[in-house]
Amino acid sequence: MKASKLLKLLGALFAFTLLAAACGSTATDAVDEVTDAVDGDEDEAMEDDEASHSDLSVAVVAPSASDDVAFTQSMIDSLGRLGIEPQVTDGTFVVEEAAAAIRSFAEDGTDVVIAHGTQYGGSLEEIAPDFPETSFIWGTSADNLGLDNVFAYFPAADQGGYVNGLIAGSIADGGEIGVVGPVEAGDAVAYIEGFALGAESVGASTSIVYTGSFSDVALATTTAQAHVDNGVVGLTGTSQSMVGAVNIATANDLPWFGTQSNTEPWSSDLTVVSQVYHWDVVLADMFASIEDGTFGGEVFELTLENGGLVMEYNDGFDLDAGIRSAADDAVAGIIAGDIATQ
Amino acid sequence: MSEFFTVSVIFATLSTSIRFAVPYLFAALGETVGQRSGVLNLGVDGIMLLGGFGAYYAVLQTDSHILGLLVGIAIGLLMGFVYAFVTVFLHAKQGISGIGIFLFGLGFSDLLFQELVGTPLPIRPLPRLDQLPVVGGLFEPLVDVAVIGPLLFDHDLLTFMAFLLVPAISWLLLKTTFGMNVRAVGENPQAADSLGVSVERTRFISILIGSTLAGVAGATLSLQLAIFQQNLTNGIGFIAVALVYFGAWRPRYVMAGALLYGIVTATRIRWQSLGIIPQGASDVAAMAPAIVTILALVLLASRVRGPAALTKPFSRH
Amino acid sequence: MKRLTGAVVPLGAAFLAFLLGAIMILSLGASPANGLSAMLDGAFGTGDRIAATAVRATPLLLVGAGITIAFRASVINIGGEGQIIAGALLSTTVALVIPDTPRPLLIPIIILAGLVGGGIWGAIPGVLKAYASVNEILSTVMLNIVAIQLMNYLLRGPLIDPIEEGTSRIPQTQRLSDNAALPTLVDGTRLHLGVPIAILAAILVYLLLFRTPFGFRLRAVGHNPDAARAAGISVEKNIVSALGLSGALSGLAGVILVFGSESLRFVTDGSSAGFTGSAGFNGIVTALFGGLHPLWTIPSSFLFGSLLTGATELQRELQIPNALAIALNGLIVLFVVSSDRVRGWLDQRLDRSMKKGGGQ
Repeated sequence: MKASKLLKLLGALFAFTLLAAACGSTATDAVDEVTDAVDGDEDEAMEDDEASHSDLSVAVVAPSASDDVAFTQSMIDSLGRLGIEPQVTDGTFVVEEAAAAIRSFAEDGTDVVIAHGTQYGGSLEEIAPDFPETSFIWGTSADNLGLDNVFAYFPAADQGGYVNGLIAGSIADGGEIGVVGPVEAGDAVAYIEGFALGAESVGASTSIVYTGSFSDVALATTTAQAHVDNGVVGLTGTSQSMVGAVNIATANDLPWFGTQSNTEPWSSDLTVVSQVYHWDVVLADMFASIEDGTFGGEVFELTLENGGLVMEYNDGFDLDAGIRSAADDAVAGIIAGDIATQ
Repeated sequence: MSEFFTVSVIFATLSTSIRFAVPYLFAALGETVGQRSGVLNLGVDGIMLLGGFGAYYAVLQTDSHILGLLVGIAIGLLMGFVYAFVTVFLHAKQGISGIGIFLFGLGFSDLLFQELVGTPLPIRPLPRLDQLPVVGGLFEPLVDVAVIGPLLFDHDLLTFMAFLLVPAISWLLLKTTFGMNVRAVGENPQAADSLGVSVERTRFISILIGSTLAGVAGATLSLQLAIFQQNLTNGIGFIAVALVYFGAWRPRYVMAGALLYGIVTATRIRWQSLGIIPQGASDVAAMAPAIVTILALVLLASRVRGPAALTKPFSRH
Repeated sequence: MKRLTGAVVPLGAAFLAFLLGAIMILSLGASPANGLSAMLDGAFGTGDRIAATAVRATPLLLVGAGITIAFRASVINIGGEGQIIAGALLSTTVALVIPDTPRPLLIPIIILAGLVGGGIWGAIPGVLKAYASVNEILSTVMLNIVAIQLMNYLLRGPLIDPIEEGTSRIPQTQRLSDNAALPTLVDGTRLHLGVPIAILAAILVYLLLFRTPFGFRLRAVGHNPDAARAAGISVEKNIVSALGLSGALSGLAGVILVFGSESLRFVTDGSSAGFTGSAGFNGIVTALFGGLHPLWTIPSSFLFGSLLTGATELQRELQIPNALAIALNGLIVLFVVSSDRVRGWLDQRLDRSMKKGGGQ
């Protein structure tokens, strides 16, 4: 009797171990590949590093994964374009954890700590004064907290939003465009309001739903599906929770309009155009200031004009030439200040 | 408000509701079987997450939805073995060991996702009935039937399976010897034992059925959404457990509960997109199903009695 | 001898879980030794990190102590998340209404508000269980959902930072009154008043449970409700008290999360984990590992706090996702709750071998 119970217990532990090991062994192969790839990148980055901002050590703290094809990836990609391989703590959606990470990077003597999340501002306000020798870069925000070792950055997302909206509205030809928003905050609101204005400018209507979460992919996907059930003729959305929504567009053969990062890898030929954040344009200026001994005190804006916002068209989508030239005109108009996008 | 009360909008919303209800339905039906045998499994959400990831990953690698579903089933079954062993043989307290399964599923699915996938790549969405290979053409006329067509037929196969499972589980519980044993060990294990029914074996199998369906529920969720992410379920598994109480351990009422959740979610999105309710009110509206569930539990608790031996481990001595 | 098995079994369970953790780290292509050293470094590497670990342990300790009360009365409280939020919401509201109250007065007031907020959120399922036979597992889970939506509604609406209102609209309050900030105890670290408050609370829970008639009645109800009822103890009242107290302690954890935070704001990303860091669930692990004893919950919470801070470092140094910590927590729960029967069996064996050995 007793022995059989012991056997059962051992059996269970064995099963647990097998489970872990089985999952683990498949994991190992894939991880090796990934590690190889990362190693390769590192070598490259090191070389580039020497060419540019070689002396600065950079760390990024971000709320979503570095490869989210959205907000966080746009920052990592931008640093890559500057030849910088940062230390990264990603996925810190708990603000207090992010604060701890920001603080420990600063303690480690990192030269530049990028706090890539509006919600980190309250914590940065407390941390930055403790580390006057560290430069903090914070966004998206139009306010540097009045601290001289904090740079702030924000995208004029309404500009590309307007252009996206104009193109979407033109394609829609009287139909409605479904918009999936995350929390009604930050660059998401700017993008969506710009998008609605752009669509309106060509007489199209938009149906806007905010899911209330930056990260809830399931709800964002569900919302996109509900838009499709209601007969929209195009979809757009913003934040890292959009991957499923893009897929809904693909599945239903509807055009998708991207923002933050280029969403092409998600949607093959149905991404018409993406407004891509090129943080490197403003980061380069910030790094130059830091090397000159100015650690903050300025706010930088990404615009179509300074090249921080880039409209990346998908060659695979057959966009009507007339619409494309209207979009180019809109870009020119926005840069010239003739078109209001807010 | 008047924009909402048009036939086409209401039917479109209902069609969406039906699809949303499916993961709840699979998970809750499975949990019904387990609870009827006297075992509460609070780990449904964790099993759904593991099954959901497994199915997603299989489709990502092989592009086969059938294989994805099978992986979901296999993971559900495996977790069922773990949970059954822990509760039936080691007599672990059910509410808490379920939380252990939940936390393990939550963490481990996230770990695997980050290590094996990383970038959330979409997979090929589930085909609707009329998009199926070979037989799809047969269903096209049905889907095209005005109003009713999209409501009833513009769905994927898993949706039909979920709703067909409702009478199937009823039949299993009420008309088969196994179902009789399940109900007996859930009501009075001592009596069942004295009649020669193996309480351990019956509960073990019931847990396996429940857990497998939780795996299917997770697979359905990730296949329908064609994506996976950390904590994809966002508590669906916990709601599914509540739906079993809500449905008074009867499959058809459980189904009604699942549909209620689907309808509330779909309506909330629809009302927001029509501008009927602002964002703030939408947060308040999101509380509604939880509050309704609590009220239903209050009303039902005094009228409907659950399996008498629910959460009580059985030992002969 | 029985005392020995009492400690050996949970430790054995933890050892097994960590062994599996080591296997996982190994299969993720890293060395478990490096992993362990990264985790130790992250949790205890510097004085500041030890302080951070203690701060991370605080909500776990409070929720864990609360869970202990509930479990001792044989009610299962899965509603820690919601109770933390309820306590945080009420105390935040109070601090916003009376920001200028002097610190020696304001801090006790917000603590009280947190206790009340969490207490109410815990007492509701208590009342529903005692007087309407509603299963407390379900009602606490449902009340978690209600609390999350309430938090989202309030932080996006009535409680939102007036500056955010017009600009980026991040769901967060304004910076709360300095008078309500939990003072830092050691300069240059994050160690704040919340840590000793939580330890004190755990000691009080111990005294309450094991040194007062009230605690005796509570445990009597948990041990055998029918016998308790026969002895004239009100089972209903004790169920409500147990869940209410349990909730109150979680509510206090909410107060400490807000008023001990770096930013001194209540901020969320729309999910409950975004605010609580899942302390409501991890507190259950803490309580179980502490053997459902309030005093043992103190070192237990420190252990799990170090697991969490260590996992952050693990991610930073070895790129191993900190989700590993959550998976390990799950395994520890499973092993610990499974160990009761193993323990009983060990005890029997020990008894027998002692008899054979002539009874030492």
